Amino acid sequence: MGRPGFVLEVDERTPALLVNEGEGARLERFPLGTRVIYPPDSLPGIRDVRAAIRHALLHPHGDDPLPALLRPGMRLTVVFDDISLPLPQMRTPDMRQLVIEQVLEYAAAAGVDDVELLAANALHRRMTAAELRRTVGDRVFRSFFPGHLKNHDAEDRANLTEVGTTRHGEVVEINRRAAESDLIVYVNITLTGMSGGSKSVAVGLASYRSLRHHHNVHTLRHSRSFNDPPKSAMHHSYDRMAGVLADNVRVFTVESTVNGDSYPPQVGFMNRREWEWSAADQASYLAFRKLNGMAPAKLRRQMWQRSYAPYGITGVHAGAPADVHPYTLAAVHRQQLTEVDGQSDIGVWGLPFICPYNVNSVMNPVLVMSLGLGYLFNLYRNKPIVRQGGVGIFYHPMPAEFHPVHHPSYIDFYESVLSRTKDPALIEEKYEEQFATDPWYTHLYRTSHAYHGVHPLYMWYWGAHALQHLGDVIFVGADRGAAARLGFRTASTLGDALEMARETVGSSPSITYHHSPPLALADVR
Amino acid sequence: MSQALEYYRSPARYLAARGLAAAGAGGGRLAGAVAGSVSPLRLVDRPAVRSGAPGMVRLRPLLSGICGSDLALLGGHASPYLTALASTPFVPGHEIVAETLEEAPGLPAGSRVVVDPVLPCAARDTPVCAECRAGRQNRCGHITAGALRAGLQTGFCADTGGGWSRSALAHVSQLHVVPEGLPDRQAVLVEPLACAVHAVRRAAVAPGASVLVVGAGTVGLLTVLALREFTAAGPVYVVAKHAHQRALAEALGATETLAPRHVARTLRMLTGGSLEHPDLGGDFLLGGVDVGFDCTGGAAGLDTALRTVRAGGTVVMSGMPSGAVDLAPVWFRELHLVGTYASAAGLPGGADARQDVPGPDFPEALRLAGRVAALAGFVDAVYPLSRWREAIGHALAAGRLGSVKVAFDPNRG
Repeated sequence: MGRPGFVLEVDERTPALLVNEGEGARLERFPLGTRVIYPPDSLPGIRDVRAAIRHALLHPHGDDPLPALLRPGMRLTVVFDDISLPLPQMRTPDMRQLVIEQVLEYAAAAGVDDVELLAANALHRRMTAAELRRTVGDRVFRSFFPGHLKNHDAEDRANLTEVGTTRHGEVVEINRRAAESDLIVYVNITLTGMSGGSKSVAVGLASYRSLRHHHNVHTLRHSRSFNDPPKSAMHHSYDRMAGVLADNVRVFTVESTVNGDSYPPQVGFMNRREWEWSAADQASYLAFRKLNGMAPAKLRRQMWQRSYAPYGITGVHAGAPADVHPYTLAAVHRQQLTEVDGQSDIGVWGLPFICPYNVNSVMNPVLVMSLGLGYLFNLYRNKPIVRQGGVGIFYHPMPAEFHPVHHPSYIDFYESVLSRTKDPALIEEKYEEQFATDPWYTHLYRTSHAYHGVHPLYMWYWGAHALQHLGDVIFVGADRGAAARLGFRTASTLGDALEMARETVGSSPSITYHHSPPLALADVR
Repeated sequence: MSQALEYYRSPARYLAARGLAAAGAGGGRLAGAVAGSVSPLRLVDRPAVRSGAPGMVRLRPLLSGICGSDLALLGGHASPYLTALASTPFVPGHEIVAETLEEAPGLPAGSRVVVDPVLPCAARDTPVCAECRAGRQNRCGHITAGALRAGLQTGFCADTGGGWSRSALAHVSQLHVVPEGLPDRQAVLVEPLACAVHAVRRAAVAPGASVLVVGAGTVGLLTVLALREFTAAGPVYVVAKHAHQRALAEALGATETLAPRHVARTLRMLTGGSLEHPDLGGDFLLGGVDVGFDCTGGAAGLDTALRTVRAGGTVVMSGMPSGAVDLAPVWFRELHLVGTYASAAGLPGGADARQDVPGPDFPEALRLAGRVAALAGFVDAVYPLSRWREAIGHALAAGRLGSVKVAFDPNRG
């Protein structure tokens, strides 16, 4: 039995603590009294994953065993989470490969011929052939690609269909092939509480017309947090849409959860608590610092992007989405939930090299914002770890660097929109339609590997709640120009950042460092 | 004797200035000023110019602007093509407001005038060429012939002197009386404004057409003004480096100002189309604006215009061109590349586009100069000739220093 998550209070004996800062990490000494949130120890992974998958498919929640749903002549669409999950990418074989292979085995045994595989990339960039191969495995790739293994195209009007409308007037429009299938098998990997469940099909296979109902500033500001589905307006919308889908399409979902082993053994110290580092861990850290510092930028990026996580699988559950997801959330909470007693004046987050939208790519400043003020700030239940009007301190170098193929509309958003306003509501009102309907962005989304034109705006909305909640945002070690463009202040050191924060929270603030990775979901009481 | 700044022939200084100015383009802030110092320009006392030829009038320059073409000359950027059209040593300065020192038909001595610097047949006492006869004196074919030595303009001719001196010579046909209430600092803008009027007329901007103006120095800003006065252009986008340039461009009617770094990208958002990334060179648009004006005279400015004008559109070269530019877009996008030089006097009957008869640009410019309040602050730095190095340095860094037009007052100091 692993140890539960806990909150450390920094004292004289506390060593310097690891803080991520993009493609790097540092050891930082925090002021005495700083609270540090650690997740529970990494849970043991399931030893025989294939057996667990079979068991889940044969003993589903709220549905018949998968083989009973399969019959000759039926249309089967297997949909899987795209490259944005898990983070970092997992070591092969990918869990999706194992699940898909088993599903296809049952389908073949049942005589199902009409099978299509779809990546649920929504408005994310299309996965490359190599990325698809890595996700589904060689055997499936060779058998299905390219004719029957595809990316979802949210702009292909001919292959979208309106399934219905929720009681709130939200249009549910998804991939036509999936909607017209006799069965959708959705293969999910859940990393945080926001993923899986109602989100999978309703978001992963949707069009902009459908997504705009929940990917907007109002919804994001009322999702407190979006990692806590019962209190997330965004998830309420997903649930309503999933209800419409359930009336029209049969979805059999397979959800799996991973443990906290986010980094490979050579940087295993990242997965451990600092005072428990062995001599080997300390040597690894020193070697890592040296090598990372010396490596040319391109090589450094490659090294980080190729540090595949040796995740253990902590649970596999299958069946009706609404029945499966509570098991998934429970597994996520077992791995991540840490009770925190009250809020503090200052929250500190070290931002890692990866977020859902820079896999094999570049973390541009807009993504840094969405990772810090969106994903990590929202890793809480009940209340943010920082009080209303408090200060968020984030670590990231934030270079003004963009991937020209993956993020073309991000560049325009950064240059032309953020130079005029940072207000999410104003941005939504004034620019969303332009970015969402720009034919060039649409062309690049459909034919190249670009994120949809509206995506950078969504990423800005992702931080809307934090922008409203925090009194000040300071980035340690960030490029000043880029941070200023985003509307944030910069500091060279934590000491400077704390000094700057005094203007907002006074001279003796309480501080909480939300340590990650592994991810911890702060349950703030 | 009369004090004057004299440009003389010196290959060594020409090359030194060119080298230093090139270094300046790479970021050295002082290089521009140094280039001004090493360029082949000197302050001299020389005999006052003497008239004699029919119609020639002696002038006492009151104010004379420093133009981008002057700076290109001093920095060694000017095209060698032009060397055949100038005679050295000459006194630069072709943006001139002056006082006449002698009487001429219809023009009493002591009149305050601005000078149309073009030196056509009338000034050269040659038979009238076809271009001058058609009112296109700026295209005069006798520019190297007649009573005057070669010189495309006043300020490039060894015989006429120029504005950067206390004495100059001009033909009466070059002179336009300045209205009583128009201050010298605004009058000195009439010549560049006439050029802008001419450029805009040459471009034949269709109603509603989208326009890009590259550069927000004097030429760029006055082009914006002329676009709004003489065309029914739709959106006018201006590439401006500095905050004061952006503010002035917007005050004169620019729809939006763009930072130079991402012009193609920003224009794509405003006008549609797609952005393409060649292996070498800047991005370009498939799509873009209808008309582009290069008002920088630099290769980069023209390149920007060529890459951002839509297929079949028009690129107008308002600045005196320098440097090499990839002309592939002209070929591939079937662009109309329009040259526009100085201004045209036109014919008594006025403009007739069908007959390629230009309108009289100077009178229009004079009218505008007195009417547009925003022009009042354009000339914000006036130097005596003795401080010419500072003046040139200031003019080279005008944008960065928050200035638009730097001028000499030859009678000061």
